[in-house]
Amino acid sequence: MALPTDKIGKRYPPLLYAVGREKVREYAEAVGETNPLYLDLEAARAAGYADLVAPPMFAVVYASRALFPALFDPELVIDFARLVHGAQEFHWDELVVAGDEITTTLEFKDTSERSGLRFDVFESVSVNQRGQTVSVGTWKNIIRGEG
Amino acid sequence: MADSAASGSAPLAPGDSVGLSVTPDRYLTVRYAGASGDFNPIHIDEQFALEVGLPGRILHGLWSMAQVARAVGAAAGDDPAALKSLSVQFRGMGVMEQELTVSGTVSSVEDGVASVKLEATQGTVKVIKGAVAEVRVN
Repeated sequence: MALPTDKIGKRYPPLLYAVGREKVREYAEAVGETNPLYLDLEAARAAGYADLVAPPMFAVVYASRALFPALFDPELVIDFARLVHGAQEFHWDELVVAGDEITTTLEFKDTSERSGLRFDVFESVSVNQRGQTVSVGTWKNIIRGEG
Repeated sequence: MADSAASGSAPLAPGDSVGLSVTPDRYLTVRYAGASGDFNPIHIDEQFALEVGLPGRILHGLWSMAQVARAVGAAAGDDPAALKSLSVQFRGMGVMEQELTVSGTVSSVEDGVASVKLEATQGTVKVIKGAVAEVRVN
């Protein structure tokens, strides 16, 4: 298969995500969080946070949106029907709380082929409204060959 | 969601076990799709999933990864800032209405950071393998 190796390093426009209190709670409930800092505003404030704290994996909510333009970028020639999520990594720095505005920038980091499978790597870097990095995500997708 | 988590706020030490069990109900993927923004039909449309050769709707890999994160978070005393990094590999397909078990062991503690190796399984299926979490410990 033809690999878009000449597009390695391509960056996509920054995407701004405003973290809503009820979105944090909805996410926390969907993943079964029981930590009151993610669910109970009074508990979060009593512990010294400005608002509900977003669980670490809430990174999926604000950062995955930045991936969509890349997945559908004709220059990367991704057959979406053959795409599977192979691996994922996050590194966290500053905590995210409801009310934060998170800007995520995505870069196409690598593409390679092994045993008829194409391996793509994207990196998302998310920063808050104070310019502090909140998380860096590494998204590894596998695209099955045809036939 | 049925749930049981082994939690504790004792500092993590090499050899300590980390884990939880959770059984996603049949509408879990619908709620998670809404919460996360991932509306891939393989997770929410039974007919579509069958047509593309899957056994039925499957769990979102990132939901299963969140269970690994939750197990580590609970073991770190529910401190939201404790999790420094988490890396996972997605393997077998996760399904609803079957217990998912996250299990792991602290492999080392160096310079205030515990390294935890984990996996998540449903019966004999490894949904997540080779997971590594770095946790800030005091």
